[in-house]
Amino acid sequence: MTERLSRSCIAVAGCGGIGSNAAVALVRAGLGKIIIADMDIIEASNLNRQYYFADEIGQKKVFTLKSRLNSIDSDCEIVTYHKELVREDVKTIFGSADILIEAFDKAESKQWLIEEWSSLYPDKPVISGNGLSGCGDFESIKISKMGNIYFCGDGVTSQEIGLCSARVAIISNMQANLAIELLMKLK
Amino acid sequence: METVSVNGNIIEWTEGMTVRDVLNVMKYTFKLLIVDVNGEHVKRDQYDTYKVPKNSEVNVIHLMSGG
Repeated sequence: MTERLSRSCIAVAGCGGIGSNAAVALVRAGLGKIIIADMDIIEASNLNRQYYFADEIGQKKVFTLKSRLNSIDSDCEIVTYHKELVREDVKTIFGSADILIEAFDKAESKQWLIEEWSSLYPDKPVISGNGLSGCGDFESIKISKMGNIYFCGDGVTSQEIGLCSARVAIISNMQANLAIELLMKLK
Repeated sequence: METVSVNGNIIEWTEGMTVRDVLNVMKYTFKLLIVDVNGEHVKRDQYDTYKVPKNSEVNVIHLMSGG
């Protein structure tokens, strides 16, 4: 498995609750290359679920996450983009990846990202986090599939009810787990 | 009666039925959706023009904010 992962590339769009946790899981698993993109800086409100620490507040997420990922595996190639992502970036930034992990927070952004990726790369999977808010209700968490579009989550809850580390971590790790499973089938 | 399956629900199919018509019948007023018809992804700007064949299987995912 490690050999296969070491020659694979996954793109992670967004480095918040989903993206930071999924990236850590993927690099720990032995992924060879990861592309991470996000425009945000670390804020105190992120620490309840994102893979950052209090002494990192104010830092740019992508660069802090890169440092952490390289601390886990110095052989993993980590490509960073600190910018606000737009549709055109899907091809130029993420196009070389085998799989895209959608890790945005806003539903509007999730929509254009999934649509653009699926339009450009219908044969390459995109794995979205969809419905990961609140706590408990473990039985409602599932994977739904539409062709090469995968959705991990309960499909119902939205961030207005609040986000909790345990549930966010479960679903982001589901996304990472599924990505690894798909890579093993792809290659 | 000709039909279409939408997320497992059976609705009546009508001649010329578009994705938009299917969403209206189902009262899916939420705008942030991902739709496929018989396994083919239909983009948002195609909802008014994409014709849904009879006996189709339509899947609609509502996108939720949070990450």
